Parts: sequence; structure tokens; C-alpha cells
Amino acid sequence: MIETDIIIIGAGPVGLFTVFEAGLLKLRCHLIDSLPVPGGQLIEIYPKKPIYDIPGFPIVNAGELVDNLIKQCEVFKPGFTLGETAQTLEEIDNHFIVTTNKGTKHKAPTVIIAGGLGVFEPRKPPIENLEKFEDKGVEYIVRDPELYRNKRVVISGGGDSALDWTIYLMENKIVKSLALVHRRTSFRGHLDSVQKVMDMANAGKIELITESEVVGINPNGDGHVGSVLIKHTNLGDMVKETDHFVPLFGLTPSLGPIADWGLEIEKNAVKVNTLDYSTSRRGVFAVGDINTYQGKLKLILCGFHEGTLAVQAAFAKIHPNKKNVLKYTTVNGVSGF
Amino acid sequence: MENMIKVTVIDREGKPHLLDAPTDMNMNMMEICKAHELPVEGTCGGMALCASCQVYLESETELPEQSDAELAMLDQAFHVKDNSRLGCQIRITEEIDGIVVRLAP
Repeated sequence: MIETDIIIIGAGPVGLFTVFEAGLLKLRCHLIDSLPVPGGQLIEIYPKKPIYDIPGFPIVNAGELVDNLIKQCEVFKPGFTLGETAQTLEEIDNHFIVTTNKGTKHKAPTVIIAGGLGVFEPRKPPIENLEKFEDKGVEYIVRDPELYRNKRVVISGGGDSALDWTIYLMENKIVKSLALVHRRTSFRGHLDSVQKVMDMANAGKIELITESEVVGINPNGDGHVGSVLIKHTNLGDMVKETDHFVPLFGLTPSLGPIADWGLEIEKNAVKVNTLDYSTSRRGVFAVGDINTYQGKLKLILCGFHEGTLAVQAAFAKIHPNKKNVLKYTTVNGVSGF
Repeated sequence: MENMIKVTVIDREGKPHLLDAPTDMNMNMMEICKAHELPVEGTCGGMALCASCQVYLESETELPEQSDAELAMLDQAFHVKDNSRLGCQIRITEEIDGIVVRLAP
């Protein structure tokens, strides 16, 4: 069990800055994020994009801002549980227990949800019975390449992950056979990956099926994937026998398990009181893009403000008998843990 | 009205919405839809990075050529057709007055 003062759900810019503001009040934080690295959508969606509305930075790249925020809060030694999704929230004896999808438990008197867009989940193609085959031959992420040892595999998608895994599974001689299905004739991945895949197709090592989409899945005798139905734009349908179907279409965010935490939700966001960004559950706060209130603006800048006020209220819950006075870093400096 | 064009957005139930769209506010189709509370997510905020604002162009309106970023994103999207566009990449200008788009599923 990981114990701390504040559990922060989401290690994006707002979660990271909240660690700093909490640290100034001598409160320790532990961050949980479903992505394997901190930074949230700044890293997952637009690491190379410039941001122009961070006060004091006429222009800053999203990735650079995250690096700086990590540096800024490092002195307060935050803990991280990365690559795991905060799944459940329980309340026991004035404390919260947050458990991840991998079973890691965290305990603290307060929780600040800085979940941004929510949890990044694989984009699932619109195939009617797709979910029936999850764990039965349909995988949206390649977790363990060995799963495909000597198997027939159909990958679909036209981005870098579809190309990279095609190359990996073939070059390492893992799969028995591999077909790559793509909606168009050209690919938009890194040029050298595209070239490699084209070379493999020309050499007959893989089957490249373009202008096509996988539109159906048929089971084998055990209810496992047995074949897929591939629809070609002009040539009609074909059935391809396979052991695995791996659609790789990137990630998309959804509110995720937080929706079931008994918090008041409005328009797919957590409703808060702007006095201290508290939610409808005492001791649970929500800051940044995941919250909503009258006049809400989804700006990093506003999230910083929200986190700063939320930790003040967190302090009051953690230390009900202590008076907190605002101290300026200019006067007192920053003393870490 | 000056600096205002008409756009028609057909929602997922097939109902057309005739909307006024200002040409002097640097807006795009995704933002017009959101401003009128049509069910368009626009998750990425208009960077052609999520495809949650995909629309089908149903009028003969001439639009500027699609950027590589838009085409790359549509590659990862579903229900894509030849007339698919990302709403966030359609700028509201005089030239597209009368445009008709349909929201993708």
C-alpha cells in the first residue's frame, strides 16, 4: 500500500504543478496515470506543438513545458504509478483507497483528480461483434509479441504502430504469416518504415491488402477468431483465415472509471465548487480539463490556478487544527523533502 | 448580415440545422458546431489530432486542399468516405457560404 497526503489522478501539466503547490504546504503527493510517462495529452497528443498562452513563456513546446514542470516539482519527490489506470475509489476511516487496474493500492486523506481528457484507450473499429473476441484473438495493443509465435496474424491500420509492429513481427520471424490491411494505397508513417513494409510486400514476405477494411470477424470452433471479412473498395469482399486480428488505430480518450466514483458528472466532466474545486464527495477535488463549472475554460493556465486553490482545501482537511498562511517563494525560497 | 455566412449541419438523426457563422472570428466548422451545442466532441481542440469532428461534405463547395495532418488523421479514423473532412480544418470564410456538412457517426 502506497501512503501519501494527496493522491493525484493524472500526471499531466496540471497534476504536476499541483505537486509543486502541495509541496509548498509540506504535503506529499503520489501521481497515477494510465500512460507510461508523465505529461498527459501534451505528450500523447501534441509533444511538438507550440503553446503561446503560458504566462511568462511567449512560446513553449508542449514537451518542453512538461519537462520543466517535472523539474519544478522534483524537489517535492512525488511518487508515480504509471501505465496503470485508477480504477476504484473507496473511503475507509476518513481515508481514500485508490486501486488501479493492476491492483496497486494507494491510501491518502485526499484525492485530486487531474484527469484531463480521461483515460486514453485504443480506438476500436466499428465491427459489430468485435468485443466478443477480446482476449480471443482480438488485441488492440501488442503487449507481448510472443503471443503471435507461429500464428497467422491480420493487422489493420495505416499509422506508425501498424507499420512498426508489422516490421517487428516479421523481422524477428515471430509470426507464421502476416497480412496488413489498410484503407488507402499509401501510408503516412515514417518514410523508412513505409519503405520497409513495401519491400516486405514486394518480396512476398507479407500480404499487403490496401483499399480495404476489415468489416467482420468469424469465430472458429472454439469461439476464438477464425477468420476476418475484408471489404475491398472496388473488388468486393474476401474471407481471410487468421488466428489473430490486431486493429491498430491509435488512442482516444474517455472519462473512464472515474464516471463510477459517485461524483456529480455534467457534460462528461466532474462538477466542482469553484471555492476550492471540491467535488460532491468531501476530500475529493477535480482540477484541469476534467472538471466543469459555470464559465469553465479548458486552459492549462486555469488548471494551474485550480490546483493551487484545491491544495489549500486539501491542507485544511489533512490538518484541521493548523492555520495555514500564504508564504511567498520569493521570501522563503523552496525547501523540498 | 456582414461578416456572416450560412452553413447547414445535418446531425446524426438526419435533422438539418441552418446556422449563422461569423467569418471574422477565425472560427472553424468544429467550433461552430460546438457553439450551437451540436454533438461534436473536438477532443484535441482543433489540431487535426483526434478525428472526433469528422464530417461529410455534402455540397459542391470548393474547399482548400487537405493538409497532410488532416489526411493522416483520417487514415486512423473510421466511417471515412471520399468526402470526409475534419470539421476543425474547415475555416469559416466567405467562400464557403452555403456549405452543407453531415456529422459522421
